[in-house]
Amino acid sequence: MNKLIAAAALSFALAACSAQESADEMPLGDPGYEEELMAQLLDAQPGDVITIPEGKFPITRSLSLTVDGVTIRGAGMDKSILSFKGQVAGAEGLLVTASDFTIEGLAIEDTIGDALKISEGNNIVIRGVRTEWTDGYKTENGAYGIYPVQTTNVLMEDNVAIGASDAGIYVGQSGNVIVRRNRAEYNVAGIEIENTVDADVYENVATNNTGGILVFNMPNLPQVGERTRVFNNTVVDNNTENFGHEGTPVASVPAGSGIVITSNDKVEVFDNEIRNNQTANIIISSVYSTNYAGMSAQPNYDAYPEGIFIYGNTLEGGGDSPDGLDLKTLKTLMFGINGSFPDVLWDGYVNPDKLVDGKLPEDQRICIDNGDAGIINVDGPNEFANPNTEDADHKCTLPKLPAVELEIADA
Amino acid sequence: MIRTMRAVLFAAAAGGALALSACGETTQSAPEVATSTVPVFHAEGRPEKLSEWNLLRVSDGGLALNDRVTPYDLNSALFTDYAHKLRTVWLPAGEAAKYDGEETFDFPVGTVISKTFYYPRNGDALLLADDTTAERLNAGFALSEVRLIETRLLIHREVGWVALPYVWNADQTDAVLKRTGDAQQLTLVNDGGASQDFTYIVPNANQCAGCHATNATTREVMPIGPKARHLNREFAYADGEANQLTRWSKLGLLSGAPESSEAPRNAVWNDASLNVDTRARAYLDINCAHCHNRVGPADTSGLLLEHNAPVGPSLGLCKPPIAAGKGTGGRVFGIVPGKADQSIFTYRMESTDPSIMMPELGRALSHEEGTQLIAEWIAAMDGSCA
Repeated sequence: MNKLIAAAALSFALAACSAQESADEMPLGDPGYEEELMAQLLDAQPGDVITIPEGKFPITRSLSLTVDGVTIRGAGMDKSILSFKGQVAGAEGLLVTASDFTIEGLAIEDTIGDALKISEGNNIVIRGVRTEWTDGYKTENGAYGIYPVQTTNVLMEDNVAIGASDAGIYVGQSGNVIVRRNRAEYNVAGIEIENTVDADVYENVATNNTGGILVFNMPNLPQVGERTRVFNNTVVDNNTENFGHEGTPVASVPAGSGIVITSNDKVEVFDNEIRNNQTANIIISSVYSTNYAGMSAQPNYDAYPEGIFIYGNTLEGGGDSPDGLDLKTLKTLMFGINGSFPDVLWDGYVNPDKLVDGKLPEDQRICIDNGDAGIINVDGPNEFANPNTEDADHKCTLPKLPAVELEIADA
Repeated sequence: MIRTMRAVLFAAAAGGALALSACGETTQSAPEVATSTVPVFHAEGRPEKLSEWNLLRVSDGGLALNDRVTPYDLNSALFTDYAHKLRTVWLPAGEAAKYDGEETFDFPVGTVISKTFYYPRNGDALLLADDTTAERLNAGFALSEVRLIETRLLIHREVGWVALPYVWNADQTDAVLKRTGDAQQLTLVNDGGASQDFTYIVPNANQCAGCHATNATTREVMPIGPKARHLNREFAYADGEANQLTRWSKLGLLSGAPESSEAPRNAVWNDASLNVDTRARAYLDINCAHCHNRVGPADTSGLLLEHNAPVGPSLGLCKPPIAAGKGTGGRVFGIVPGKADQSIFTYRMESTDPSIMMPELGRALSHEEGTQLIAEWIAAMDGSCA
């Protein structure tokens, strides 16, 4: 079943690639369209549908929408293209600060900063949108492709994100989210769920990113995330060098990371196909393993990933060529030059305040019920001094999380 | 209806030839109407010309304020590409704003606030110089000495505050509504004759809200400057210097204000007689806190820079960035105490790349002197992030 979905998703990916080549060759349309579109966005009324015609339109200044209940609809992600290659002003391509918003069937290309940012809205649908930096992956590309933040009831489906120097498809500080059937390629983070409560991430393809799918909690933010289900995704070959900006959270993600869970709680990873991610197919870590030594955080910040349940995934290859000297050395020492890390790599940070007789309470553990998938604790707190592959404490199960219920996803 | 008619007539008077072509026969007006100096509040609609509001008038080669239009200045002001700013407030007759010690004063419906952005010039060359708007106003505000760029209005209507940007025409006879904003190529020349080119961005109407919707949840547009701590200062009025709060109270524009000595007062950011900490906090307050406040658009970052925000990670100290992207410049913390050149703050203030720079809107140049102040502030901090 998983294989079938993966095959379908891959063929979809191929089709998108070939269509996109023709989009690149599309001549630039009327420069006057920018002013026209900007005026439409300014004058929009609730209930309006703003149609983006077929063509590739040059846009030089950020677009923004502040009116609730508006739909922006193009003729397809390879037919209606807003090209920001000549952008001179604005921190994003399109900034939306509104609720009941739908955007579908268009592409936003080559923005200086983020491509599509949606801040503080409810009932947000992002469907069939492509965000792309067309000169390939590089550090100079904008940070985020699709970027809803502080939003509630969010559906992101059938989108394509390519080349973001931070996350291609991101949702942050949000609640009740479905991310499905998207494709993320050549981003630092393919898909990232950050400080978000109740997210279902399924049937996506993440490939050729630095890290495929990330579930993060960062300190000092108004909202703490928990409860994310990552399932039925295809997460393969995420081995692109980390081209993120030093100092950003994702800059510390090793190349070759399949699914990464950092300082987030109650995360379920199941029924995915995860293959050939060369650092590890699954990484579980604390923010202490990122590049923030010396960080100050709010006093109640929980830096430890707890209540993680991994089961039913198809895991293949990977762990054979980890990124970074520490991990490379460790892998060679423990498993030999031709060996590989087990499928799950854990940095080994646990909250000492929660230990009972040296062990975490059952509901706080990292549980693996996934055939012969193994785990390595790299002993990050002691700078990799005593790594081990003991899995006794991880052979457990946890109660399954409920599915996200999202009305706009059922339509 | 009558109001609209009158507005059109005033426009014809103030706007000259431009208005003539736009308004056609309606310019057959009575002379006493044409010379009116009474501002007009438009309760709805979007007048095409600034002159339809009749706040400012162009006469005798200078810019003048119409009846009861009161100029003001702020202790520390937002940096906008070294533009000078003529700020005015006008309230309906007999009404006053209610004083508040912390928030924007509660202005009555019918209030119109204006901010005119301009540069001093010598011929066609725009000059980098200190803002002396009050003195210029008292000296007749000669248009031959300035290039007027834009006038932004904040209008308090029944539905709330509305923002409208007007761009001045080349003849400086009137400004025209430009809701989609504008980009102008300008060159600024300093004392030493060195020049720099930049693209001056007039914000579109949504971008006005980008700063003025200081609460990202309600998204209500609000004036930012008219708060006690920004206004509590002297102003060189035509009849002499006076404290602005005192003057506003005396003019009946403000009710409930305490003695100015009892009111809060932000530092003047470049007043070298004041300590660096108060100056830096005043600078961050007016340049950053419209977004970086507890309920503002930048609360997503967890970085809070209001004048009274607590000192700690939320002020940037050893705080890792969240979604800064390129904006980190390879630096790992907002502020590294003692180390300005390792702090993201200064990196983003120095940058003019739209995807890196802070603030995101309102400038194409870097404010060297402001950045220097923040660098000094950070350099003077004790501690480390180790």
